[in-house]
Amino acid sequence: MISSAQYLAQDSEPWINTDTFINLFWANTIGGLEYGSIYALVALGYTLVYGVLKLLNFAHSEVFIYGAYATWFTFFLLGFRPGPTPELPVGELIAYLVLAVIVAMLVSGTTALVLERVAYRPLRNRGAPRLAFLITAIGASLILQQILFLWRGSNPEQAIRLLRPETLFNVGSASVQNLTVIIVVASVLMWIVADTFVNRTRFGRGIRAVAQDPDTAMLMGVNKERIIMLTFVVGGLLAGAAAVFYMMKIPQGAQYNGGFLLGLKAFAAAVLGGIGNLRGALLGGLLLGIIENHGQALFGGEWRDVVAFVVLVLVLMFRPTGILGESLGKARV
Amino acid sequence: MARARITAALALAATAASLVLGACAPREDAGNNAANQPQSDAPAEPENAHKPEGDGNAKCSNVAIAYAGTINGENAALGQNILNGVKLAVKKHNDANPDCQVELKEYDTEGVPERAPGIVTQMVNDEQIVGVVGLPFSGESKAAGNIFDKGGLPQISPSATNPTLSQNGWKTFFRGLGNDNAQGPAAAKFLTDNLGAEKVCVVQDDSEYGIGLASEVKKALGDKVVCDEKVKTKQKEFSAVVQNIKAAQPDAVYYSGYYQEAAPFAQQLYDAGVETQLVGPDGVKDDEYVKGAGDAAAETFFTCPCVPGEGFTKFAGEYRKMFDKDPGTYSVEGYDAATVLLTGIDAGNTDRKKMLEWIKNYDAQGLSNKLGWDENGELAETPTVWTYKVENGKIVRNVEIK
Repeated sequence: MISSAQYLAQDSEPWINTDTFINLFWANTIGGLEYGSIYALVALGYTLVYGVLKLLNFAHSEVFIYGAYATWFTFFLLGFRPGPTPELPVGELIAYLVLAVIVAMLVSGTTALVLERVAYRPLRNRGAPRLAFLITAIGASLILQQILFLWRGSNPEQAIRLLRPETLFNVGSASVQNLTVIIVVASVLMWIVADTFVNRTRFGRGIRAVAQDPDTAMLMGVNKERIIMLTFVVGGLLAGAAAVFYMMKIPQGAQYNGGFLLGLKAFAAAVLGGIGNLRGALLGGLLLGIIENHGQALFGGEWRDVVAFVVLVLVLMFRPTGILGESLGKARV
Repeated sequence: MARARITAALALAATAASLVLGACAPREDAGNNAANQPQSDAPAEPENAHKPEGDGNAKCSNVAIAYAGTINGENAALGQNILNGVKLAVKKHNDANPDCQVELKEYDTEGVPERAPGIVTQMVNDEQIVGVVGLPFSGESKAAGNIFDKGGLPQISPSATNPTLSQNGWKTFFRGLGNDNAQGPAAAKFLTDNLGAEKVCVVQDDSEYGIGLASEVKKALGDKVVCDEKVKTKQKEFSAVVQNIKAAQPDAVYYSGYYQEAAPFAQQLYDAGVETQLVGPDGVKDDEYVKGAGDAAAETFFTCPCVPGEGFTKFAGEYRKMFDKDPGTYSVEGYDAATVLLTGIDAGNTDRKKMLEWIKNYDAQGLSNKLGWDENGELAETPTVWTYKVENGKIVRNVEIK
């Protein structure tokens, strides 16, 4: 032990590694964007529910992981098995992936809906204090986790994957892979759909109205209960889509407690961007992904989470409502 | 909602179509320069090995041994291999000795260091338990070792390899295999001599085991270590680490940690097109890794201070009959550890004090190693370290490192 301590002392590296940061700037930015867009989609679910109910729905990470299991089962039932990645014709591959997205969105959306009806609605009907909702959210999160655990055990599902990442083009010294482009572009498109839905449609107007002032919204003829259900479902659908991208990136991801850490990060992303703010969720997610990677380049892998959360604390010190502020409940022209 | 879903699906389809076209050419196989090495012969089952069944005339009552370790928690497969080995030994003992039925109590620590002290306290308070097989992992062993010591309850760990565990003055700690003072240098030797690596990246997780082993490997490799990366347990996304490794262009990468993180790490390393040779330790050597790492698994080597059990046809046959699967990493070691305790009970050592003396003075050939301990609880005779590789989706022995 003494000798190994000596060895480590001799090998003391500079505590901040600017060379790595500069050399790998593009590679880490691209990697960060990829994982960050998954954060962003999950963050949307936290943000929507918070905006409408002022509820931190900690069970959203389980809504996400149910989507990951749905993805895995879709692949499995389509006849794919763990092992080498198959070489699929493009059309077939797209059809399978779209199918997986649909199934995962349905499963996650349903999970979110059931969660709302079983866990939160009874509390709302009894006018429970906000703290009761928070504890219920944590409890629901554990219950959903344990159901998966009892059913599938603690090991991750064996990796099944349909698309092998290939380099498409280079940015600087960094290569960009097809999987990265698919995940980033599809996530941003999903976000545009969600943003349009909330800001441009009749349902979206209902969501914004309830977020702004639930009582007045009800007087104006908005069905509050339906809007709340809708909000949970939209969050669930987005989490389902995120789960498919996650499983494409990390095929080992379907594990009963695998949503916890990612959910925590996505929640942090939502706070970073401004909770209750759809644009904030996107910005926060992408930023968090990038910061995490650059933080590791600068300070080493063991600082991954520390760097992300220190940045979060710093941002909140100067902008307590996050970078873009809370906005779902604010009237906009 | 239908609109949102359809739009999303179309969006995904459009991007996917534009990107995947022409990207389906099979990847060139990375050179596997050690695959052609001749396999060492599998050691045969030692004929003089101790037997859990004894002479069949043992008499005892109301006595139990325990297994404590991960059963359903983190990296559960590693614990279940051991537990099954223990179960097999207990079954053989109890079948052969109608007048001495030893109960096996199972405790699930989930492999989490924070949980271990509570569970070990439970075992210490259960007077019926005279000896424990466990704990499997180094982190939990470190957290709970002093509780065993205070309770005078002997423990034989079949798999915890952190060298410092035997240096705490615990009188009840015994290790049934070689530690990382053996595995570390052996791994370094394998990397440089067998694989011919001049530049090695060492990746460690933040477990007691991962840190300890990585430090031994780095010490032995000296200036051949070109990068030194750290990851966290439960991490699943490794792009920053992979980029660092890619920039360092190592001949080989040694991953010092457990299979749960190693599988996604290996796959992401492989996907990034890093042409290198991945080697993992005993914590990675499990079928779960092979199933999880996908394409990357086929090109991985493992080091392990454990003996390949496939030559032990009798043991493997009995194991398969009982559990309907092949013995895994440390099944043999678990069986051996249980056998030490069971033969002790048969010899009349039915309290903890006598059992402790029995283990201290134990000297017999086990299936895996020659079992006999020095004053610190390390095996007196240094066991060998083996390397393993993946063949047709199964982990098979490669060469013995001497």
